[in-house]
Amino acid sequence: MLYVVIVFLCLSILLYLLLGGADFGAGIVELITPVKLREKMRGITYQTIGPIWEANHMWLIITIVILFVGFPSIYTMLSVHLHIPLLLMLLGIIGRGTAFIFRHYDAVKDDMQRIYNIIFTYSSFITPLFLGVIAGAMVGGKIDTEAVTFFEGYIRPWFNYFSFSVGLFTVAICGFLAAVYLTGEAEEKEIKGVFTRQAKLLNVATVIAGGIVFIAAEIEGIQLMRELVTNPVTLVILLLATASLVLLWHFLGQNKKVHTRLIAGFQVSMILFALGFHYFPDFIIVQGGNNISLYSAAALGKPIETLGWALLIGGVFIIPSLVYLIYSFQRERPEST
Amino acid sequence: MEDLLAARSQMALSLGFHIIFACIGMVMPFFMATSHYKYLKTGDIQQKNLTKAWSKGVAIFFVTGAVSGTMLSFELGLLWPEFMKHAGPIFGMPFSLEGTAFFIEAIALGFFLYGWDRFNKWFHWFTGVVVGISGLASGILVVAANAWMNSPAGFDYVDGKYINIDPIAAMFNDAWFTQSLHMTLAAFAATGFAVAGIHALMLLKNQNKQFHWKAFKIAIVYGAVAALLQPISGDLSAKDIAERQPAKLAAMEAHFETSKRAPLLIGGLPDEKTKEVNYAIEIPGALSFLAHGDFDAEVIGLDQIPEENHPPVLVTHIAFQIMVGLGMILVALSLLFFFSNWKKKQWQTKRWYLWLYVLATPLGFIALEAGWTVTEVGRQPWIINGFMKTKDAVTPMPGIFYSFLIFTAVYVSLSVIVTFLLYRQIKMVPETYTNDEDKPQDALIPN
Ligand code: HDD
Ligand code: HEM
Ligand code: HEM
Repeated sequence: MLYVVIVFLCLSILLYLLLGGADFGAGIVELITPVKLREKMRGITYQTIGPIWEANHMWLIITIVILFVGFPSIYTMLSVHLHIPLLLMLLGIIGRGTAFIFRHYDAVKDDMQRIYNIIFTYSSFITPLFLGVIAGAMVGGKIDTEAVTFFEGYIRPWFNYFSFSVGLFTVAICGFLAAVYLTGEAEEKEIKGVFTRQAKLLNVATVIAGGIVFIAAEIEGIQLMRELVTNPVTLVILLLATASLVLLWHFLGQNKKVHTRLIAGFQVSMILFALGFHYFPDFIIVQGGNNISLYSAAALGKPIETLGWALLIGGVFIIPSLVYLIYSFQRERPEST
Repeated sequence: MEDLLAARSQMALSLGFHIIFACIGMVMPFFMATSHYKYLKTGDIQQKNLTKAWSKGVAIFFVTGAVSGTMLSFELGLLWPEFMKHAGPIFGMPFSLEGTAFFIEAIALGFFLYGWDRFNKWFHWFTGVVVGISGLASGILVVAANAWMNSPAGFDYVDGKYINIDPIAAMFNDAWFTQSLHMTLAAFAATGFAVAGIHALMLLKNQNKQFHWKAFKIAIVYGAVAALLQPISGDLSAKDIAERQPAKLAAMEAHFETSKRAPLLIGGLPDEKTKEVNYAIEIPGALSFLAHGDFDAEVIGLDQIPEENHPPVLVTHIAFQIMVGLGMILVALSLLFFFSNWKKKQWQTKRWYLWLYVLATPLGFIALEAGWTVTEVGRQPWIINGFMKTKDAVTPMPGIFYSFLIFTAVYVSLSVIVTFLLYRQIKMVPETYTNDEDKPQDALIPN
């Protein structure tokens, strides 16, 4: 059962990055869209992600629940030492979620719309930034359980070049995913062209940000780069992801919506997969080497057993209905109500 | 402000905020399903408009409920890591099932909100019902988790360790049923009266009478039935507490000394120093009867509980009085509605009648918040009743006061915006939904 739970955990993280990430990305794309096209772009965003918006964000909650039920020491270690970035991320989640709905459901369309838009776009940026910062801090090895000062205990673990470079990388990934997704949804030529350009732009940004992550890792003395390229498995994975870039640009040029989406999803999954492969089973790298692994943190016995069953049974209900939801709204666009 | 107090305040604020949206998210789908059903059966276009108007409001509430719930699942760890480290695996079962319920709710909501005229109409209706049922299920599950904190079960506590964990036994702890039942009824009562009150206000303003009367009637029937059942379920809860949490009962009733034939106090200001209650009306033997079903039974007072384990008496007692008092007002208004519907239809068009319900708009929610104050403050100083104290659970990170400030600011602004948006929605209703069919809509409110 432990493995079932671990598979669900990894799956939830991946799906949150892909689906939730694309949602946040829509705000990032909006941020770099020329002002005169933004109104149209918002319409498309709303139509395409409106119906599945809620469901996309459930993956985060599933992740959290799996952590606190199945791996309580991971959950508590994160919440104690990464309290501040978690708080900032939460503020982003609130701002974004509410602004997205408020701007659509406000019965009067007036100046408030400007405020919603500002909140929406900036919190779409902040949330993945801090999500990445947290991810970076988890593997950065700067969490110090014996810290005595406030700075060492609660700031240093995440306030460093490496974490922030991972944050920017995450932002770029989300924007990239969204642009690829939206390209497929836009019907008008002009908008489609804009999205395609942005997808390319953000793809380049992602590659550059990835490079920065490696440089930052070197500066902070984290062996990430070297270890990833010396291990044959991770090397192959990363090469595959890079090679698929060529395909991506090719299909973007040809407007093939399914192909581009699959490849973009593939690339992001590969990056996560390489990292997961590299660190597994460690989940949090702690200063001094007392790493917390998925094995050592698991609440073995009945908690994991019942959690596993709950997830399996839940999956039986959720996955078909989710697929049906996405399928229904792909088939036929909803009118905006 | 010290960190413990800040953390408690932040928790209370977040939960107090979330619960309002959660209740609306649980109950409104049933109102919508009812008006939607009426539309599908009779083709009454106003019922359709009502469903749509409500669903716009619900979308706003729903997202606020979802983000505040997401915050909560982080806050449990951010504020109470020591608690979650031990409790997570034990009381996690309802939360993991709740995940499924939320998911289904979110998916069904996607279908419902965006599915008008696109699916088979009964399938579409059914997705709305699913939203309600899964919302209700998540409410019941999360209350079961809270009930575990009051009535811990499903583990052995040996040398400071929690072993032999059984999450299923933990979920079905002794308190889960009474608490979930009472909470579910409370959600219906509070939301029912709140919605009815808003529509009563619109009736008073003579706007779109038919429309608002239909809305009023759906909401009030749900609210009134729940409000009538509420005291019965509350009595069950009280009997439960008398057995499991005598300290909480004693605090609720400001019962300082153990006694037989214990009196029930109505009102009164307990003084925790002198251990006396001033200005209360006493009903002899009634407390013994309510707690144990026997006028002569002994009721444990705070004197039998070590001083350091006393919950705050003043807050708990007052909160309890508020809940019960408001509960009784709602009972009276429920009876009035059913009576007038049966015998005195002419009352229903009177201003005084509508005003009564307008004034009752917030009462259910006030009672609900007061009830939670009884439950949570009455459990102090324990976070897991009898096993772990709240002060031992709080995060080691200093400066929680600042996080409390931030959260307060966020919740205050969200409340302001939501109120503002709702106000705009309601104001727009006449313009958006005055259909040609109901042009001659005035004269008497139809029944
Ligand atoms: C509309 C709201 C509402 C109304 C009218 C009432 N209650 Fe209540 N009460 C709640 C809403 C509520 C609540 C907020 O939902 C609580 C908090 C925890 C819970 O499960 O329900 C609660 C808790 C609660 C508890 C403590 C349960 C515990 O700690 O485990 C008792 C003893 C009562 N109630 C008793 C009553 C009685 C005797 C009422 C008589 C009219 C009453 N309540 C009306
Ligand atoms: C499953 C549901 C719930 C859980 C897991 C939960 C958990 C907690 C925790 C961990 C605390 C902090 C420790 C303490 O002071 O007791 C707390 C406090 C509190 N909670 Fe709950 N709670 C739940 C439901 C609610 C709800 C729905 C409300 C109200 C609307 C509520 C109101 C409060 C209040 C008022 C406090 C502060 C108590 C004080 O002043 O000391 N709780 N709760
Ligand atoms: C007794 C108290 C509670 C009740 C009755 C309750 C009920 C609900 C309901 C019905 C929803 C659906 C959202 C909506 O319709 O607006 C919801 C949302 C949520 N609640 Fe609570 N809740 C309670 C306390 C808590 C606590 C303590 C937590 C955290 C551990 C929590 C976590 C969540 C989450 C994560 C969501 C968002 C799910 C979504 O996106 O739909 N809730 N809650």
